[in-house]
Parts: sequence; C-alpha cells; structure tokens
Amino acid sequence: MVVWTDFERSTIENIFSKINYEVVGPAAISRCLIVYPWTQRYFGGFGNLYNAAAIIDNPKVAAHGLVVLKGLELAQKNMDNIKATFADLSKLHSEKLLVDPDNFKLLTDCLAIVVAAELGEDFTAEVHAVFQKFLAVVVASLRKQYY
Amino acid sequence: MTSLTAKDKEVVKAFWAKVGGSAAELGSDALARLLVVYPQTKTYFSHWKDLSPGSAPVKKHGATIMNGVSDAVGKIDDLTGGLLSLSELHAFTLRVDPANFKIFAHNILVVLAINFPDDFTPSVHVAMDKFLAALARALAEKYR
Repeated sequence: MVVWTDFERSTIENIFSKINYEVVGPAAISRCLIVYPWTQRYFGGFGNLYNAAAIIDNPKVAAHGLVVLKGLELAQKNMDNIKATFADLSKLHSEKLLVDPDNFKLLTDCLAIVVAAELGEDFTAEVHAVFQKFLAVVVASLRKQYY
Repeated sequence: MTSLTAKDKEVVKAFWAKVGGSAAELGSDALARLLVVYPQTKTYFSHWKDLSPGSAPVKKHGATIMNGVSDAVGKIDDLTGGLLSLSELHAFTLRVDPANFKIFAHNILVVLAINFPDDFTPSVHVAMDKFLAALARALAEKYR
C-alpha cells in the first residue's frame, strides 16, 4: 500500500494542474522514440518515424502522447489505488500490446525530463523526488499483471 | 568500444560549449537531486555533516563531478584512455556501484532540461544520453 504524504499529494496535483498536456504528452513520447529507438517497435502502424523531425511532426505520435498523459492523469486522480485502477491497462500492455515492461521506465525517464523543462525552477529537488516516486508507482502498477 | 558516432560527438561538443561555465553549478544541482530523489545514494557520503541541497560539501562535490564531465567531453575520442585514473579511483578507492552512474546521468539530463529548455532538444538528449553512458562505461572499466 503506497503511503502519500500531504506534501506529495499536493505536489502531484500541482504538477498536473501546471503542465500543458498537449505539450508534455507528445514531447515525452516523441523523446522516448528518438532517444530509445528500439521503442519504435511498438508503433509500426504510425507511419513515418524515420528521423527525429519526422517523429516530432507525426500526428499519430502526438495523439498517442495525449492518450498516455490522460492515463497518468487517471493515476493522479486515483492516487490511493493506482494498482487497481491500472489492472486492466496492465493486462492490455502485457497480453495484447506485448510491451516489454522495461520500456515503461524509459518513457517515465523522458517524462521526468520533459516535465522538468516545462516547470523549470519550480521543478525543485523535492518536487522531482515526488514526481519520480509517482512515476515509479505507475510503472509498478503497469508491470503488475505481467507473468 | 564506444558507439558514439562522429555526429554524436559533434552534437555533444556543441551543446557543452553552451553549458560553458555553468557546469559547476549544474553539477551541484544534479548531485543535490541525486541525494534527495535517490536517498540510497547518501550511503556514499556518510562522512559529510550536511547532505542538504544547498550545503557546502554538496555544492563543492557537485562542481568537482561536473568538471570531470566537462573534462570527459574534451576526451570524447578516447574516454577509456582519458578516464583511466578516474576509473581506478572509482573502482579501488570509492567503490561506487556502477548502477549509480546511470542514476546520476539521469539527474544530469534533468538539470540540463531545466536550464536549457530550448537547446536540449530530443536530438541533443539522445547524444548526451549516449555520451554519459559511454562515460559510465569508461568509469567502470577498472572495476573487474
């Protein structure tokens, strides 16, 4: 059972209220596809992923970035039970999408970097720590249903 | 041994030129974050009285580390050779678990993203990530 302090809850709420979903989602996923190119294996139907510029301009990538961020928002709204909230998503990723769960960490690393750039000085060490904790819980929940 | 292409090296050198003199300060921030975000790393610094973000030992040591990274940029064509004595230091004296190099590299990237939001593009990010990974490998060279 994950324990969240008041500071952690308000910090996460704050982050989600400050970030622009339409910027952060697409930026994080395109960064993941560029920095860790093997992750492109899951997006064969997305069209042109030939180089960084193509990935950044790709509308399917951008749309998917938003989907991912909405998923994170779901976790934020259910912070006391992310594991249960993500049970179906975990099954989806493991049984249908067949995503190697190690890739989740790659995406969350990119998310931390993108949110850091968005928030600048507000992304203090303390805020950074809380965000990484939140992302770690999300990743663990997504890994849960894998066998 | 390294997989850094000529292009990667160019990108790293060009970006690091922009970082310039702020390297020391960025290093202090990166180290401070390491200790806060990954508290298990504090075990390596039990000899410091104060491990909080603004403290003198954290500031000084963060600068030392980042100056090492700057130095490595200059030695980018032969990291293994150039970092030999540093590797021996980390392997035989400091004995830092190399897994921590990865964590520290992530913090460096976060700090770069915060301070260079426009210049730290995805293309720069991948080159820097590769460079820091190569640096970590060179540093771990003498471990066993």
